[in-house]
Amino acid sequence: MFQVIHSKIAKIADSPSALNILYIPALLMFAIFIFLPFFQGIVISFMEWDGYSANQIWVGINKYINVFTDSNFYTAVKNTFIYGVGSTLFQNVFGLMFALLLDRNTTGEKVVRTLVYLPAIISGLIMGYIWYFFFSYDGGAINDILALFGKEQIDWLASGSRSVWIITGVNTFQYLGISMIMYLAGLQNISRDYYEAADIDGASYLSKFSNITIPLLMPAITVSVVTNLIGGLKLFDVIAALTGGGPGYESASISTMIYQMYFVRQDAGYAAAQGNIMFIIIAVISIWALKFLRSKEVEI
Amino acid sequence: MNKTLNKLLKKVIVILVGLIYLVPFYILINVAFKPTTDTSSYWMLPKQLYLENFMNAWVNAKLGRAFKNNILITVIVVVIVILVGSFAAYPLARCKTKINNFVYTLSISCLIVPPLTILVPLYKLIVNTTGTSTYPGIVLPHVAFQLPITIFLYTGFISSISRELDEAALIDGSSRFGIFFRIIMPLLKPITSSVIIMVGVSIWNDYTFSVFFLQKPTMYTLTVSLSQFFSQYSNNLSWVAAGCMLSAIPMAILYFSLQKHFVKGLSAGAVKG
Repeated sequence: MFQVIHSKIAKIADSPSALNILYIPALLMFAIFIFLPFFQGIVISFMEWDGYSANQIWVGINKYINVFTDSNFYTAVKNTFIYGVGSTLFQNVFGLMFALLLDRNTTGEKVVRTLVYLPAIISGLIMGYIWYFFFSYDGGAINDILALFGKEQIDWLASGSRSVWIITGVNTFQYLGISMIMYLAGLQNISRDYYEAADIDGASYLSKFSNITIPLLMPAITVSVVTNLIGGLKLFDVIAALTGGGPGYESASISTMIYQMYFVRQDAGYAAAQGNIMFIIIAVISIWALKFLRSKEVEI
Repeated sequence: MNKTLNKLLKKVIVILVGLIYLVPFYILINVAFKPTTDTSSYWMLPKQLYLENFMNAWVNAKLGRAFKNNILITVIVVVIVILVGSFAAYPLARCKTKINNFVYTLSISCLIVPPLTILVPLYKLIVNTTGTSTYPGIVLPHVAFQLPITIFLYTGFISSISRELDEAALIDGSSRFGIFFRIIMPLLKPITSSVIIMVGVSIWNDYTFSVFFLQKPTMYTLTVSLSQFFSQYSNNLSWVAAGCMLSAIPMAILYFSLQKHFVKGLSAGAVKG
């Protein structure tokens, strides 16, 4: 009897599904630090709460009404789109251009690749401060150039709409190298035979680019676009370094606005409601982009 | 004739791109080496190398302490992520049952949850359990948010290791857990180096979680120290520049000396998307 049970236990312990206990720690981490807060966030978004006291009052969908009637929120949504879609566009267009430009292994091209890649390993916050030296009003590097040409000095970061594009530019500058590397790897996977066959047919550079390079790069394009989108839509540190979302909320993203609402305005319900809306926006955009780009990939 | 012209044009553009990428660092160095009294343009090289900015930044931004915190937090997170991530990946790569496919999808879907969307409840959770400004209070959220990409990388890599290896060991009487620890784990070195770099760089540079969960000055990491320093001395940009330089240099040195690994590591997510 005892032996039977023993051998049964041994059998279970040695069946393939026993291995599943190896993913329990990871699942616990997700459950506690991602899924649980995610559902709590839904509950909190229906509450009037300052974020620390025991006073939580159920207010229904009031916080969502507040969010959707707040003009600052629409500014933040618009900016989030510019940070997300704008940087994705620039990073991929320039990333691909740089990859095509730098795909030989000469010493010069290697050095330039190293330089283009360098900002990606530096914190977004530090990168933001470095660019602050360019765009600050007093003695900023850009204003010095304007002065050289006798133009009037501009307080670049005092204008929200200008700041939004400056921040998008800094984010692009910083992470363009990662897109470039992805495209370089993709380019190396394309067999030279296709180009040789096209050359025999007398195809132009442009036709080779659109009929061979782009279709065969689609897997790399998918990954690069989707990661850039997620990264850009949740941008926080560069904004914190350059403008803090200001002036007012003019250059805020949804991320920085959530931070403000929670830690400064102490309106946890509002911040949670915004968080849920932001999640839906990011999930819809990134899943749609992933599906759309995947459908364009060709099987070889 | 046309071809040589093209080649020359290409070379010029390559050099131009290189210069554009050097400019921000050129300006940073200029600002960092000039005394505050020197009001010459940032474009002008400093007349002499003024090192006091670095001393002031190191002392006032408390960078020594920040470096210690950065190293500790990064190392702990990386070690936990490697262990928990590779453990989880083995069953997910080897027995693709319905449940396991669901678990895998669930793990990967965490990739699209931006930390800020769950800031309020996550912050509350940390306050109520580990407390803010503690090592577990920063390490655990970091681990949870780094695991999805880690599991993705390890699962992809283990799937590419031949199953025959497992089967042969099983016939030799090895237990299934034994196979993982003795045969599979040692084979994971290449992907582990990518994970170390990918996770290490993002934790080292993190500002988002650090500014939420580390509020005591003794717990500040480099980014939080620098942002405090910047708001305190924003009229003294030479100090800020020196602080930025000091904070960025160690990672830059690592990058230049281990370049191949960095490039592979940071774009690892692109392989087998």
